[in-house]
Amino acid sequence: MAKITFITRDNQTITVEGESGSVMALARQNGVKGIEGECGGVCSCATCHVHVQNGEFSRTGQQGTIEKDLLELNDHADETSRLCCQIRISDEIDGLVLRVAEKNSF
Amino acid sequence: METENRTCIIIGASQAGVSCAFALREEGWAGRILLYDTDPKLPYYRPPLSKTALTGEELMYNHILKPLELYRKENIQLGLGIKVVALDALNKEVILSDHTQVNYDRLVLATGARPFIPNIEGIQTAAQVFVLRTQQDAEAIRHALEKSMDKEVVIIGGGYIGLETAASIKKLGGKVTVLEREKRVLERVTAPEMSEFFMALHAEQGVHIEVNKNVVAIHGNPKQMVVCDDGSAYRADLVIVGVGVLVNTELAEQAKLNMDRGILVDASMRTNQEHIYAIGDCTRHHNPFYDRFVRIESVQNATDQGKIAAAAICGKNPTYDVLPWFWSDQYDVKLQMVGLSEGYNQVVVRKETGDTPSFSIWYFDQDQLLAVDAVNHAKAYMLGAKFIRQKTRVDKTKLADNGLEFKPANLVMA
Repeated sequence: MAKITFITRDNQTITVEGESGSVMALARQNGVKGIEGECGGVCSCATCHVHVQNGEFSRTGQQGTIEKDLLELNDHADETSRLCCQIRISDEIDGLVLRVAEKNSF
Repeated sequence: METENRTCIIIGASQAGVSCAFALREEGWAGRILLYDTDPKLPYYRPPLSKTALTGEELMYNHILKPLELYRKENIQLGLGIKVVALDALNKEVILSDHTQVNYDRLVLATGARPFIPNIEGIQTAAQVFVLRTQQDAEAIRHALEKSMDKEVVIIGGGYIGLETAASIKKLGGKVTVLEREKRVLERVTAPEMSEFFMALHAEQGVHIEVNKNVVAIHGNPKQMVVCDDGSAYRADLVIVGVGVLVNTELAEQAKLNMDRGILVDASMRTNQEHIYAIGDCTRHHNPFYDRFVRIESVQNATDQGKIAAAAICGKNPTYDVLPWFWSDQYDVKLQMVGLSEGYNQVVVRKETGDTPSFSIWYFDQDQLLAVDAVNHAKAYMLGAKFIRQKTRVDKTKLADNGLEFKPANLVMA
């Protein structure tokens, strides 16, 4: 079980709770604005881009290889970036704060 | 515009329609939003239908577009399992399958497309012929496969749906044959190099692909024979047809909308009838980048057009101008595509080194980069998108040289 807080692009804060699955799916189920997850969570589209707040990368883990490649050329990506379809919900990430990244379109 | 006492009707509650409904609220539409679909299921993502939802690895519940509470919260009235049978643009009203008449101030057609059933002898009467467009279709295929003793499956059509379905059925223990009418799979959408790669991949996984196979008849029950015009025949407990779609334009015709193999819309998704908009698979729009009219079947196109229409309905003047992107997952291979390759006259193949196959195909019209297909190489997909968008001149010789590190500085024409 984990409580996760999202800060949307219009600076609204929404805290949601999940047991399992990906953080992207949790965000979608709760209608967190700006988390589209268009590819369905297979790390193909980068429409679930978030910035991990408070330097808590140790809890979410680092970017995977494909994830890194998708983010490397994203104008809004930085060292705090993750695609939240690649973060699994567990006790480990309870209390995590994620800021929804700006939309990157081609 | 005062919208409080107004009604916006959206016909079609899949990716485009749902995106539009929620975007309308974000854009400030205060009036009624009525969202209809013939599909009785809570609206869902379609891409998993040929992938993890078909194999049963994931429940469709995980792929609903929005939970029911959110429709309630945003006061979006869902009319599922309801067909809109008539559209009267003059009186701004629609008639539903239960004869109810509903008036609108704004109408959005998100009617999508349906599987095309080719004219094959016996196809209408054969007992075990399936298509794959809806959740119900996917469930029907899975059940039929479970009940089948031999699990012999013939898939007609070697496009993305056919190939993804083949991979999924293989995973479920099926014996799969794909019959493709052209001389290679994915003929309409990719370069020969990509077709070869996928043919080899499927062969390696034990899926039997036959090209130049024009199916002319399906006989027999329950064991079916799929017969081709060269006399060859294939046994099938299940036949799955994936040979493209027909756009649903019946309502658009009633409203006398301008059409060209899809409903013609402007950059704000307006049709030629005032107050009627159209979005998603059923539309054809002018793409400013490629400077031609295109009809795109993709999640990205549906979602984005839904948002554009919502903004236009709320009084803005938005312009739809994005590079289309697509993806496909088969086995452990991730294919990502950006841009439209049609009209290319040269391809450059870039192969990466390493154990996992990883390469990209770059489509050019002379020196202009049109599109990139990347297999297990997200970086090429991202960089390709950037280059296409910025009309960057790419050094083709360097691009093909995998001795040079894959980074912008090494690929841009000096």
